[in-house]
Amino acid sequence: MMNLITEPWPWYVSGPLIGLTVPLLLLLGNRRLGISGSFKHICASCIPKGKIDFFNYDWKAQSWNLFFAGGIVLGGYFTSIITNINYTVAISEETKHDLTAFGVENLNGLFPVEIFNWEFSNVILLTIGGFFVGFGARYANGCTSGHAIMGLSLLKPGSLVAVIGFFIGGLIMTHLIYPFIF
Amino acid sequence: MKNIKFIIAGIIFGIILIKSEAASWFRIQEMFRFQSFHMYGIIGSAVTIGIFSVLLLKKLKIKTFNKQQIDLSVNKPKYINTLFGGIIFGLGWAIAGGCPGPFYALLGAGNLIYIIPITGLITGTIAYGMVRNKIPH
Repeated sequence: MMNLITEPWPWYVSGPLIGLTVPLLLLLGNRRLGISGSFKHICASCIPKGKIDFFNYDWKAQSWNLFFAGGIVLGGYFTSIITNINYTVAISEETKHDLTAFGVENLNGLFPVEIFNWEFSNVILLTIGGFFVGFGARYANGCTSGHAIMGLSLLKPGSLVAVIGFFIGGLIMTHLIYPFIF
Repeated sequence: MKNIKFIIAGIIFGIILIKSEAASWFRIQEMFRFQSFHMYGIIGSAVTIGIFSVLLLKKLKIKTFNKQQIDLSVNKPKYINTLFGGIIFGLGWAIAGGCPGPFYALLGAGNLIYIIPITGLITGTIAYGMVRNKIPH
């Protein structure tokens, strides 16, 4: 039990728990797992009515999603105070080798400090990454949680296409574009 | 406060995202390089449990805790926007090494740098709202 607090969880523990979020949200109030929608609601709440049609809807009816997102922030906070999150993730030797080859040498923590810092070029890179995530999630009408987990749980063919798209994009970026960025 | 239950569900989800390392940029890179089973195991087992849960809810006609009918209806599938949007999302996923959930969780864990990809994400959301009628769906 102690290990579950201090150690990272193996996939066969965390995967099924993520899957159980699907029935949990349905039982709690007929809600479908999805996270990127919360950003749409944030935009809808800030942008003056009538400016952009896409944000002209009753976002308050979807406010559960904002509470869920707020909970995720809190969950991250609690995890960081209960356990050490600055350990080195046990990625495979091949990945370590590949990452070192393009300059990511510090493998401590959950993300590389060589990319996630306030240097101008990195800020631009991370903004572009976030922009694609945000634009793509709305265009596809869902992100990893909404399509890969919830949509596939409902056996939606559209979600399968979205997930295939996620991987096409990710593979193009990792294998074809990365060598030019780093 | 009918929304407290969703805050609690979010807290649990946030903890899982970090403890599973699904929030880790390194794990996402490993996944796109096909160098470990970890992320595939997470997504595969999550979807398997999700599919069986939905089947069970349907078969046993289980109601919500408030005794409402559970809505499992599915809209007519759309393929053009899901494919194009999915590809754009994937390009960003590989750069930022995270999807929206992990951004929230890692920001909460005290990594203020995640404000940057989140700002990008919000800008992307607004940009989509502005060009939505001009792109194929």
